[in-house]
Amino acid sequence: MSFLTVVYASLFYLAVLILLVGLVNKIAQYARTPAPLKIPTTPAPVTKGGVVFRLVREVVLFESLFKGNKWTWLFGWIFHFGLLLVTLRHLRYFMDPVWLPIELIQPFGIYGGMAMVVGLVGLWGRRFLVNRVRYITGPSDHLILALLIGIGLTGLGMTFVVHVDVVSVKQFFLGLLSFHIQPLPADPLLLLHLLLVAILMIVFPYSKLLHAPGLFFSPTRNQVDNPREERHLAPWARRLEQ
Amino acid sequence: MAKANLEVPELQPYLEIPEVVPGVMAHSRPFVAKPDHQEPLGFPGELVDDWQNKAIAKFGDLLGRYRSLQVYMDACVKCGSCTDKCHYYIGTKDPKNMPVGRQDLMRKVYRRYFTLPGKWFPKLVGAEDLTKEVLDDWYSYFHQCSQCRRCSVFCPYGIDTAEISMAAREIMDHIGVGQKYCNEIIGKVYKIGNNLGLPGPALRDTLEGLEEDVYDDTGVKVRYPIDKVGAEILLVTPSADFFAEPHVDGLVGYGKVFHEAGVSWTLSTHASEAANFGMFIGSYENMRRVSQRIREAAIQLKVKRIVFGECGHAWRVAYSFLNTLAGPWDFLDPRYPVPQHICEFTHDLIQQGKLNLDKSQNDDMVLTYHDSCNVARASRMGPTPGGQFDIPRAVIQAVCNHFHDMDEETIRERTFCCGGGGGLLTDDLMELRVKGALPRMTALNNVMQEKGVTHMAAICAICKSQFTKVLPYYGMEMEQIVSVHQLVSNAIVLTPGEDDDLDDEDEEEDDDESADDED
Ligand code: HEM
Ligand code: SF4
Ligand code: SF4
Repeated sequence: MSFLTVVYASLFYLAVLILLVGLVNKIAQYARTPAPLKIPTTPAPVTKGGVVFRLVREVVLFESLFKGNKWTWLFGWIFHFGLLLVTLRHLRYFMDPVWLPIELIQPFGIYGGMAMVVGLVGLWGRRFLVNRVRYITGPSDHLILALLIGIGLTGLGMTFVVHVDVVSVKQFFLGLLSFHIQPLPADPLLLLHLLLVAILMIVFPYSKLLHAPGLFFSPTRNQVDNPREERHLAPWARRLEQ
Repeated sequence: MAKANLEVPELQPYLEIPEVVPGVMAHSRPFVAKPDHQEPLGFPGELVDDWQNKAIAKFGDLLGRYRSLQVYMDACVKCGSCTDKCHYYIGTKDPKNMPVGRQDLMRKVYRRYFTLPGKWFPKLVGAEDLTKEVLDDWYSYFHQCSQCRRCSVFCPYGIDTAEISMAAREIMDHIGVGQKYCNEIIGKVYKIGNNLGLPGPALRDTLEGLEEDVYDDTGVKVRYPIDKVGAEILLVTPSADFFAEPHVDGLVGYGKVFHEAGVSWTLSTHASEAANFGMFIGSYENMRRVSQRIREAAIQLKVKRIVFGECGHAWRVAYSFLNTLAGPWDFLDPRYPVPQHICEFTHDLIQQGKLNLDKSQNDDMVLTYHDSCNVARASRMGPTPGGQFDIPRAVIQAVCNHFHDMDEETIRERTFCCGGGGGLLTDDLMELRVKGALPRMTALNNVMQEKGVTHMAAICAICKSQFTKVLPYYGMEMEQIVSVHQLVSNAIVLTPGEDDDLDDEDEEEDDDESADDED
């Protein structure tokens, strides 16, 4: 087995480990930390079902962002929807045989890749063009955009410019899943693409990408507006009750 | 009233979103609390030794106690959606007054001490040590947030900068750097019972005066009782209602509404204040202690219901937190929500046709309505979401013939703060207050030009005080701000009671059970 294959196999095991342990830790931390007061941003739903509907609107439509800024919403939504399609398309590398819906989504996945890059470029543009957004942008904000655009461009590059041996790539990933390491084609574009993806997985739990789990734990969005009907007491606040 | 000498923004037909001008408001800081103001609240009197470590320890403690803080420190993607939403940014152009700019003052410290990338690559992720300069920035800019939550409406994750300002103030209090205005006031509540430090006898005098005034005006004896054991309703109202214009006209209105409803009610000297500045300083313990007075008063006076007067943040604490802080309310009448807002109460009566209203009494005014932030974005009225917008408007429209809303982008959940909320209603922050009022003043000015509006009604003591002070800076009259229940008071046609021809006054303290003499 080539040195390269060993390096990449180890890299991906490490990246998955960091991603999972990091995310589980963070989610456990969010779940463990009490929200001692009722603070939904009102008008807020008065039932649990209403809260689920509010969260679905935030996740699927980015409702609050739509109220806040139409350009950011547009580019942001294009990027995320593209990202979703791309992610679904990539599932074919992890299953054999390929599940029918994933089979059907393949062509859309390519458009997704393009949409993703377009969205990201728009978002990045705002970081230079809008004076206020430039002020709040730090090095890490540029880097994460560069990283994602890098992933998108190397991916599209393999689709449209230099084709790689996708069958071997699939063998490599199926091998990782079953702990029987298979050789990885030593294609520079592929290696770069995979390196960037591994970096993305590693930084995920330590960066602003925590916005994805964070949204579900945001008390201003996930609380039911019923403070007069139900008493809401955090464990640490209960101890003050003596 | 002396106007401070400062540059007042000019009103334009449209709100302009300015480009950032870093540092222009760094000088704005409220007076620091003296040891006398700190200690009654359980905070150290002055900056403690080893303050950095103590501040970080407190920060860690809060991260473990408040999910909001923990999630909001992590989740921001710097999308910029909130950047143009804060009235203080719009009015001052200082980027640290953009909600995310304000949050970042705290986030950079969070990243430095509580995250791996911040420990390893501080420059990359904008992490910074908690230095004296950072602390100074905290003191300045976390006292330039009125905790109005407008930013949280537009943030894709609902990040609420108010939560972050509260946490920052709590940390600063714990290392001995408190804000004089808030902490002194909380001390007064503990010592005397209300923010203004009005003792019981003064309140009684004032209320007797009101009874006489209303009698002279209307020929009907409307009671303004205090500490009346056995009354059905305990009214908790901001202490500004006891004397200042236009607040007191609102109190007159509540009394008339109760009179017409035929229910007995009482104020309490022990809980002679609806305001709860414990919220502004982010102190659960102090907020709880202030709230407990209401429970004690309700028990002591054996009331069945609790109604709150017109006060924005007080209604947030009452509606959203009171059950948590001072409940359960199982000893009160379960047929009514606890607590109720006076607008809910009045609205119910209007719906039942129990109020005889003469709208023409308000014909000298063309009204608009200012949604107070805490009512709009942190509470509700009535059974359905958005009742906090509709019920006050319904009340106003039931008592006035001429009403026009301001620009939709500036009302309801998008309402702009008056500029004086969140513990900033102090003369040492006058420049901030005037500049922060710019968006609201712009919308008001527009509706005055376009619809001939003459007056703006509000249901918040802080908004009313702030506008009274700030309107003149923008070339308007301080009398243009009115209480909603002042309008009700004007329109209500009182039903004469049996005792209206009697001359002798009953002693309120004596008639414990019987409240029937109200009507
Ligand atoms: C529950 C799932 C998710 C939701 C609801 C969500 C939502 C959002 C929203 C509303 C924004 C702000 C608008 C924008 O800048 O695009 C955003 C930004 C961002 N999201 Fe997500 N996201 C999710 C998952 C992800 C994932 C899985 C990734 C990456 C692997 C990601 C990467 C990003 C990045 C990099 C930005 C910042 C873009 C910029 O710099 O302007 N998101 N997300
Ligand atoms: S809560 Fe209000 S004052 Fe504070 S940052 Fe947000 S918009 Fe500005
Ligand atoms: S809207 Fe929310 S996520 Fe976007 S910059 Fe502001 S605080 Fe951060």
